[in-house]
Amino acid sequence: MNKQVTNPVNLTAEEFMHPGNRACSGCGLSTLYRIGLKALGRDSIFVVPPSCLTVMQGLYPIAATQIPCLNVTFASTAAAASGVRAALKVRKKENTKVVAWAGDGGTSDIGIQSLSAAIERGEDFLYICYDNEAYMNTGVQRSGTTPQGTITTNTPIKGKIQKNKDLPKIIAAHNPTYVATCSAAYPLDFYNKIIKAISLKGMKYIHIHTPCPSGWGIAERLSITVGKMAVNAGLYDLYEVENGKKTLSGPSSKLLQKKELPRVAEYLKIQSRFRALSEQQIAEIQAEIDTKWEGYRQEVG
Amino acid sequence: MDDKKCIIMTSNSKSGPGDAGRTGSWRVERPVIDLKKCTPAKRQKASCYLCWLYCPDGVISKELEPQINLEYCKGCGICAQECPTSAIEMVEETRLIEEERKINEKN
Amino acid sequence: MKRIESGNVAAALGVKLAKTQVVAAYPITPQTPLTEKLSELIEAGELEAEYITVESEHSALAVCIGAASAGARAFTATSANGLLYMSEQVHWAAGARLPLVMCVVNRGVGAPWTVWNDHQDSISQRDAGWIQIYVNDHQEIIDTVIKAFRLAETVSIPVMVCYDGYYLSHTHMPFDVPDENKVDTFLPAYSYKHTLNPESPENLNTVTMPFARPDRDGVNKPGYMDIRHNLQQELRTSIPVFEEIDTAYKAIFGRGGSPILSAYKCEGADFIVAAMGSLSNRIKDIVDELNLEGLKIGVLSVHLYRPFPQAQIIAALQDAKGVIVIEKALSYGNQGALFGDIKAALYPCIKRPFAHSYIIGLGGREIKKADLYDAIKESCTTSETFEDTSRWIGLNR
Ligand SMILES: Cc1ncc(C[n+]2csc(CCOP(=O)(O)OP(=O)(O)O)c2C)c(N)n1
Ligand code: SF4
Ligand code: SF4
Ligand code: SF4
Ligand SMILES: [Mg+2]
Repeated sequence: MNKQVTNPVNLTAEEFMHPGNRACSGCGLSTLYRIGLKALGRDSIFVVPPSCLTVMQGLYPIAATQIPCLNVTFASTAAAASGVRAALKVRKKENTKVVAWAGDGGTSDIGIQSLSAAIERGEDFLYICYDNEAYMNTGVQRSGTTPQGTITTNTPIKGKIQKNKDLPKIIAAHNPTYVATCSAAYPLDFYNKIIKAISLKGMKYIHIHTPCPSGWGIAERLSITVGKMAVNAGLYDLYEVENGKKTLSGPSSKLLQKKELPRVAEYLKIQSRFRALSEQQIAEIQAEIDTKWEGYRQEVG
Repeated sequence: MDDKKCIIMTSNSKSGPGDAGRTGSWRVERPVIDLKKCTPAKRQKASCYLCWLYCPDGVISKELEPQINLEYCKGCGICAQECPTSAIEMVEETRLIEEERKINEKN
Repeated sequence: MKRIESGNVAAALGVKLAKTQVVAAYPITPQTPLTEKLSELIEAGELEAEYITVESEHSALAVCIGAASAGARAFTATSANGLLYMSEQVHWAAGARLPLVMCVVNRGVGAPWTVWNDHQDSISQRDAGWIQIYVNDHQEIIDTVIKAFRLAETVSIPVMVCYDGYYLSHTHMPFDVPDENKVDTFLPAYSYKHTLNPESPENLNTVTMPFARPDRDGVNKPGYMDIRHNLQQELRTSIPVFEEIDTAYKAIFGRGGSPILSAYKCEGADFIVAAMGSLSNRIKDIVDELNLEGLKIGVLSVHLYRPFPQAQIIAALQDAKGVIVIEKALSYGNQGALFGDIKAALYPCIKRPFAHSYIIGLGGREIKKADLYDAIKESCTTSETFEDTSRWIGLNR
């Protein structure tokens, strides 16, 4: 395949999102959204449940986005997107892209039922989940993807007791056309994966690790840096799943050559949300990462 | 169908900037680009643009001499943090405002 | 063309004649045969539509919301707990002013489980901002489904067509199926004012302020309360609009004429029994008997329940001595729902009839002719005072 390498120089300068929006300063979602829209272009219809994205896209009557968007109830994103797709089909406007874009709470918790069903039906749209690892819009409560030990406003002292659910894996178990994981710190990887996803028919799912300075307790300037740390420490892996086969992509696949990855403690210790983690818990997280990467290395031989 | 009878009022926003107003006023620190250090400016050739790529608010221009739209720049400092040549410095707004005031007084 | 079919099939044929483009539904008794029929019509190619087999009623209405916003005529149907499960979406569809049509095949709600008929399901959603129409027989089902699409699309407000589970949904009765070409002339192509369109992008239904706020061009736009006030106003407007639509339907198909209320022997009656749905038809028999006994009594069948037709209710009831409301739902902790509404409507009348309330047939409890006869007769011959509680008929059997 003739792959054009996307870089900041050849990436379109056209913006589809307006400045002066309500996202917090340094919001990882903002960067993602900006670059994501460049990949999707104007012939798209968005479906968005309540989340930080709702606020970022603008309060009535001003839209910070230049893409048509249907705001829907929290649990119904994938079902509403199926309805939009059905209407476009009967109206013979099948080239218009339908994109559901939701948070981790809206996807892993309240929206998982309608999403699971949409994948099972083989709907034709792209579902993007930006995972900032908590319910940020309502003031940082734990979600299904919040990592173990995280301090949130409803796990305020001990941190979240349970482990997070591996949402991309759950989605991949449904065998949709395409599953990919991304990080806000690697927007070009995200761009390329969107381009690939929209070239395919059927249900596509992209999950993005999305730093949130206010919810994670980091300086605003560090949201890209911290995202890179999660990937480089081997904690958050970027990969694609097609036809049941998982392949590490871009920034993560490069780690296979490395003998030793940076310690995850660096990533954990710069975020105040992890302040309740004990040294032993950190060592356990590190051990899990090591075992996982040992497995990856053995797979590639 | 019958627009005479019903107005059909809904929440239907039209696109435009500044939903949150001039977000430049959120800034505590201002990004200042030193063009002597900035790769595209130095080489006079389109290159790098990592600040433009990462800027959450899309307020840096992709020009040989990148410009920052201070009306909306929120001052997050990501551009400074990610610039590979350390061409961007975050300077306290209060200091800049004070300096600007002095310059104005002299003139 | 005459056919003898169930009420559910009558509804499905109405949906087909309306050339519905997107159907989404989730099975629940007694709605199921309606949506099964639609699956069959679509798979057989008799109706060119997308059928989305969703995993829940919440999603069924979500699909319709998405489809209607993106420019397609959409339909769903449900009953009882299915309607309750989609309640969040029911409110959403009205606030977004989506011209959807939904059949509610009336059934009692749990707990405890019941699959049998009463009106508690749709009555519980009466404040959501939908138009609610209750129909009495198979002919009214098919005709009203077709009219409902035109009404919904004219005023851009969703319409619920409610009919009794089992009594109508599962019984076979003859009805006339309107001619397809004539329906095409009656029902224009689907339209929605804010159809999602990449060429003129709009962000629909996002967070809306408590106050008016200027748009990008400095023009003040309404706040949440103004948008909701407009829904209320245009619900009121939809009463005469429904009458006009019914008149237009009658001109083509020769049926109709009483879309809001239908009165049976109410002219000069001393007493009027008010009811909704198929129960109204049963009460007609009792009224005939009581007429023979010399009582001047009629039946008022309330079809349009939301928006509530105050003016028509006043005109129909104000000259009677007494109004007897018999219904299959209540506002728990208060009284019969229709009863409360009728009393409120009559409040401005100088000479108010007395009003009695009866609750009957909940969860399919058998409605005996003698129950109706005794209750109505007792009301006509005894108390003439106002009464605030509802009497329950047919308990403990
Ligand atoms: C049915 C329903 N329950 C709860 C809410 C409140 N609510 C709005 S946004 C939100 C959290 C969103 O979390 P997530 O999906 O992770 O997005 P984020 O805010 O983190 O971007 C919640 C709980 C709602 N709007 N609707
Ligand atoms: S809370 Fe986090 S995700 Fe939400 S806008 Fe702020 S930085 Fe972005
Ligand atoms: S990141 Fe630095 S070097 Fe690169 S374009 Fe921006 S300012 Fe210039
Ligand atoms: S990255 Fe942040 S500080 Fe830099 S220009 Fe953009 S908004 Fe301003
Ligand atoms: Mg979240």
